[in-house]
Amino acid sequence: MKKIVKAKINGILIRAEEGTTILEAAKKVQVKIPTLCKHPDLKPSASCGLCIVRIKGSNKMLRACCTPLDEGMDIITHDPEIVDIRRTVLELILSNHPNDCLKCDRNNDCELQKLVADFGIRQSPFTQVLRDLPIDNSTKAVELEPQKCILCGRCVDVCQNGQDVWALSFLERGMQTRISPAGDILLADSPCVRCGQCSAHCPTGAIVEQDDIGKVWEALLDPEKYCVVQIAPAVRASIGEAFGLTGKNMTKQLYALLRRLGFKAVFDTNFAADVTIMEEASEFEERLIKGTKPLPLITSCCPAWVDFMEKFHSDMIEHFSSCKSPHEILGVLSKTYYAQKNSIDPAKITMVSIMPCTAKKYEITRSNEMSASGFQDIDIVLSTRELARMIKQAGIDFLSLPDEEADSMLGEYAGAGVIFGATGGVMEAALRTAYYFVTGTELGKVEFESVRGLKGVKETEIEVAGKKIRIAIAHGLENVEQVLTKVREAKNNNQELPYHFIEVMACPGGCVGGGGQPYMVTDELRLKRAKVLYQDDTNKQIRCSHQNPYVKRLYTEFLEKPLGPKSEKLLHTKYNSRPIYKR
Amino acid sequence: MDKKIVLLKDTSIGAADKTKEYYSLILNLLRDQNLQDSVQVVRVADIGFYDQGLVLKILPGQVTYGRVQESDLLPVITETIQGNKVLDRLALEPNEKQLRIVLRNCGQIDPENFDDYIAADGYAALKKVITEYKPEQVIEQLKASGLRGRGGAGYPTWMKWNFARQVKAEQKYIVCNGDEGDPGAYMDRSVLEGDPHSVIEGMMIGAYAIGASQGYFYIRAEYPLAVERIQKAIAQAYEYGLLGKNILGTDFSFDVEIRLGAGAFVCGEETALLASIEGKRGTPQPRPPYPSIKGLWGKPTVINNVETLANIPVILLKGGAWFGKIGTEKSKGTKVFALTGKIKNSGLIEVPMGTTIRDIVYHIGGGMLASKGIKAVQTGGPSGGVIPKEFLDEPVDYENLQKLGSIMGSGGMIVMDEDDCLVDIAKFYLKFCVEESCGKCAPCRIGGFQMLSLLENITSGKGTASDLAKMRRIALAMQKASLCGLGQTASNPVLSTLKYFAAEYKSHIEDKKCVAGKCRYLLNYQIIPEKCKKCGLCLTNCVFGAITGNREQGYILDPAKCTKCGRCYEVCKFKAINKG
Repeated sequence: MKKIVKAKINGILIRAEEGTTILEAAKKVQVKIPTLCKHPDLKPSASCGLCIVRIKGSNKMLRACCTPLDEGMDIITHDPEIVDIRRTVLELILSNHPNDCLKCDRNNDCELQKLVADFGIRQSPFTQVLRDLPIDNSTKAVELEPQKCILCGRCVDVCQNGQDVWALSFLERGMQTRISPAGDILLADSPCVRCGQCSAHCPTGAIVEQDDIGKVWEALLDPEKYCVVQIAPAVRASIGEAFGLTGKNMTKQLYALLRRLGFKAVFDTNFAADVTIMEEASEFEERLIKGTKPLPLITSCCPAWVDFMEKFHSDMIEHFSSCKSPHEILGVLSKTYYAQKNSIDPAKITMVSIMPCTAKKYEITRSNEMSASGFQDIDIVLSTRELARMIKQAGIDFLSLPDEEADSMLGEYAGAGVIFGATGGVMEAALRTAYYFVTGTELGKVEFESVRGLKGVKETEIEVAGKKIRIAIAHGLENVEQVLTKVREAKNNNQELPYHFIEVMACPGGCVGGGGQPYMVTDELRLKRAKVLYQDDTNKQIRCSHQNPYVKRLYTEFLEKPLGPKSEKLLHTKYNSRPIYKR
Repeated sequence: MDKKIVLLKDTSIGAADKTKEYYSLILNLLRDQNLQDSVQVVRVADIGFYDQGLVLKILPGQVTYGRVQESDLLPVITETIQGNKVLDRLALEPNEKQLRIVLRNCGQIDPENFDDYIAADGYAALKKVITEYKPEQVIEQLKASGLRGRGGAGYPTWMKWNFARQVKAEQKYIVCNGDEGDPGAYMDRSVLEGDPHSVIEGMMIGAYAIGASQGYFYIRAEYPLAVERIQKAIAQAYEYGLLGKNILGTDFSFDVEIRLGAGAFVCGEETALLASIEGKRGTPQPRPPYPSIKGLWGKPTVINNVETLANIPVILLKGGAWFGKIGTEKSKGTKVFALTGKIKNSGLIEVPMGTTIRDIVYHIGGGMLASKGIKAVQTGGPSGGVIPKEFLDEPVDYENLQKLGSIMGSGGMIVMDEDDCLVDIAKFYLKFCVEESCGKCAPCRIGGFQMLSLLENITSGKGTASDLAKMRRIALAMQKASLCGLGQTASNPVLSTLKYFAAEYKSHIEDKKCVAGKCRYLLNYQIIPEKCKKCGLCLTNCVFGAITGNREQGYILDPAKCTKCGRCYEVCKFKAINKG
C-alpha cells in the first residue's frame, strides 16, 4: 500500500499516491499541463521544458512531468508568467522546426502543431534556423527526417530501453544534437529491427512509417490488376481510434470499407493465423513427441522479433518455428490456392496487407521464401495509420458503414486466429490445437487466462497428456533477454529445459501495441484493444484453428497435411544469422 | 644541517617565466656547495605572491624571499639555508589579506611525497574521525562549520551528507567533482596538483560519514598532471594502508578509482557527471530523485567539489566551531578565486568569506594594470554576472553576490577596465554556454542559440530596439524552464550587464557605437589628412581594396569597402588613422 500525500493544485485539495507526478495529479483537477516530450507510456525525459509549474509563492519553476507531488505542496499550473514562458519555449522550438505542416505526414495529427494552435502563435519572433540533414528512408519501414525532430527523446528511450535495440541515439550536442544511429550510419545498416515503436511515439513528423498509400491507389486504378487485401487481427481493434472510437471491433465495417475502396477480394489474416497454428502446433507436437528438433519451440510470426533474433540471438535459430508469419501465408495462399480455385492469373494479383506493424513492410522482401508462390507473395503493406488516412482520402464515412463479411476461402476464422494480435494470443491459440494434436481430445475449456495480460514475461505450466508443458511469453524486446538467458544456461549446463514453448512479440502488448498503430498508446489502451480481440474470440462458435472448416478444406483440397511437402514449400522459411551493423 | 626544502616560482608579470632557469642555477650552486643531498628544490605552480620576481620559500622556517636576482642565489644558500640567517633585504611580508585553508599545503609541500603530507598533519583528521567519531558526530562538526559546497550552488555540505547517511542502502558512493570547466578557473586543478592527499582525505571522511565504501574521482582528461598526482597519491595511500580494507585497524573500508571526463562543461552538473561515470551520454537528468537518495547506479551518492573536500580535513582537525568563526554569517570559511583580468597580480588567491572586492582587487591584485579605471568585476564564470565598480566595497559571500546579480560560482574573478566592452563580455560567456549546452532541453539549446544571435546582431551593428525585449523573454524562459543549472544560469551574464550597463547596449543599438572599441564591426576607420605622411603603408596592407590614392594626393579610406580588420591602424607609424 503506497503512502497517500495531500497537496493542493490551483487551490484544490487533492490526495494522490506517493510518487504520482504533478502532471498526473493535475489531471485529477481537470488540468492538462502541456508537454511535448512526456509520453504517457514512457518515463519522463524532461527535455521540452513546457510542463513548468510553480509552487505558490516561489519564484522557481518545476517540471510537472518528473516532479512527484509532495506532502503539502501548493501548486499553480498556470498564471500569466507560466503561460508566457511556455509560449516562448514553443516559439523557440518552432524556430528550429520547418514550417511545412501542410505537406507533413503528421499534419492535423501532430502534437507540436496542436500546441502551437492552442497557444495561438501567430508570429515567429526568432530567426528560423534549420539544419541541412538528409532523410533516411533506408529501412523501407520507417522514415527518419531529423530536421523535424524536436529532440524529445521518446524514440531513443523506446528504442534503447523499451526495445533494447539501440539503433537510435543522440549524436553531437548543443544545436547540433540530432537523432541518428550511432556512427552516423543509415538505419538499415544499424541494429534497427523496424518495429516502428519510434514512429508510434514520435510527437512530430520526424519518424513516420513509410507511406505506401500511393502504391495501393495505383494498383487499384490499374484495370490489369486483381487487388486483394487482408487485415491483421490487431487492426480491427484500433482503427476506430483514428475516428474517435476506442475499444470497438471494426471487423465488419473494415470488410465493407475495403470493398468500397475497390478491392476485388477481402480476406482476413485471422484465417492464415489458423493455418499458422496448424503448422506450428504440428511442429511443437513433432518436437515434443518425436524429438526431431530441440525444444523449446519459439514462435516466429513477428518479423521485428525475427530480425532481432537473427541479429542478436542467432544461436536460437534451431529453436525457431520455421512457419512464416500469418500475412505471408495468406499472401502465398492467395496467389496459389485462391488463384487456382478461381482461375485467376497470380501474376495479376496485387496482395495488400493492412497491418498494425511497420516491420511487415520490410518482411515482404526479407528473403526468397517470401516469393514462394513464384511472385512476391505480398505486394504492399499498409499500417493501420496509413489505412486511416486512406479512408479519409476516399471520403468514406467509415463509422456509418454497414456490416459485411469477408470473402470466402481465405476469410473465415476461428477464435484462435483473432487473439494472435494480443501478447500470449499465439501461445493460447497454439495450445488449443497442440492439445488436440497430442492427446486426440478436445479441450473442455479453451481459455488460458494465465498467458493473457501485460506482464513483461509470463510463465506458466500446462498439463498435456500427463506431461507438464512449461511456457514463457515475452513482449517488448527488452524482456527477451531474461527468457533466452534461462534457456542458454540450461543448455550449457545440460540441465532440464526451463521451457517447452516460448512466444515472443517485439512490441509491448503484442500487435495491439504495434509500431504502425494509432498514436498515444498506453497500457490502458493496449488492454482495451486486446479486450476487443478476446471478445471476438468468445463470440465465435469455433474457437480452435483445427476446427475451422475452411482450414480443413484447405488441407484436403490443396496442402494435404501440416508439415507436408507442399506446406513446407509454401508456408515455411529459413533464418540466417545477420550482422548487427552492416558494413 | 637539517634537510631543507626550497620552493621556487618566477612571479614576474609581462616577462617570460624563468623558473626553470633559476631551478637549474640553484641546483648547480647546491652541487658546488655539496649540498645536493640535503636540500630539495621544488618548482611550484603557485607560491602565493604575484609580480614579485623570483620568489623563494625556504622550509622549514617559512622564510619567503622576493625579487631574488641571480646574484642573490649564492648568499641565500650560504646564509639562509646553511646559516639559518634571514636576509632582510629580500624578505617578503606575508600577505595578510589572504588566509590559506584550502591552499594550505599547495606550494608548501611536495605533492608527490607522502611524508610531506603526513608531516603537515596529513591523515590526522581521518585517524581522529574513524577512531573517535561516530558518523553523526562528523556531520555535527560539519554543521557547526557551516561549510557550503564550493562548486557553485553553495548547498550546505552537512545536509547533503546527512541525506545520504540516512538512506539505507548496501552500497553508497562518494564522488569528487573535478570537472572544473569555467573559462579561466583553475582552483580545483591547483589543489589536485598541489595537495592531492588532502582531497583524498576529505573524501574518505565523507565516505565514513555517509557510509560509502567506494569513491570516484571524476577529473577531466585535460588535467593530466592532476590525474597523475591523484593516481600517485591513491597508490601511496593504498601502500600505507590508508585505503582498502579495515583502514587503520577499524571496520572502515574504502576504495577509490579515477574516472576521466572528456571535457564537456555540462558534466560538472551532478546528474550529467553520474551519467558520464556510468558510461552514458553526459546529459542532466531530472531531479528528484536527488543523487544523495538515488545516484550512481541507483545508489545513494554524494558529489562534492574538490575545494569542498580539501576543506574537510582541516575542519575535522581544528573543529567545526573554529571554521565557523571565519567568514560571514551565512558563508563560512575561505574561498579560492582565480583572480585575473586587468590587474597587476593575477593568480590564485584564497580569502576569508566577506573580504571586499576592493581588498581583492587593490590589495591582493595589486590594483589596475594600466592607468585605465576599473569598470566592473565579473564573478562566477559563465553562470555569473558583472558587478560594477560602485559595489567595490561589498563583501564577497554567497548571498551578497547573488543580491548583486552575480554568483560565487566556482571562483572565477575577472577585473575589467574601460577598454572592456560589456556587451562583448556577455557575448563571450553566452557563447561558451551555447557551445557547451548538451542539447537535451529546448529552452537551453535553442534559447541560448537565439540569444547569442541577437547579441551578435547587436555587436555587429544590426541590432534593433526590439532585440533587448526578445533577449529578456528568452532569458526568462531559459531561467525558468531549463532542466539544469547550465541553462538556468546561462543568461546571467547578459541579464547582469543589461541591468548595470544598459547604456552600453543602447549605444551599440542606437548609435552603432562601441565605447570600449572592442566590437570590431562598430568601429570606423578614417585617415586624418593632417597627420598622414603619405607613406602608403596603409594601402599596401589593406587587402580589401578599401584604401585608394597615391603618394602625391594622399590616401582615402572607403568605409563601404572597409571590413574593420584594423590592419591599417596597426601599421600606421604616424597615428594618422582614427579608430572610433
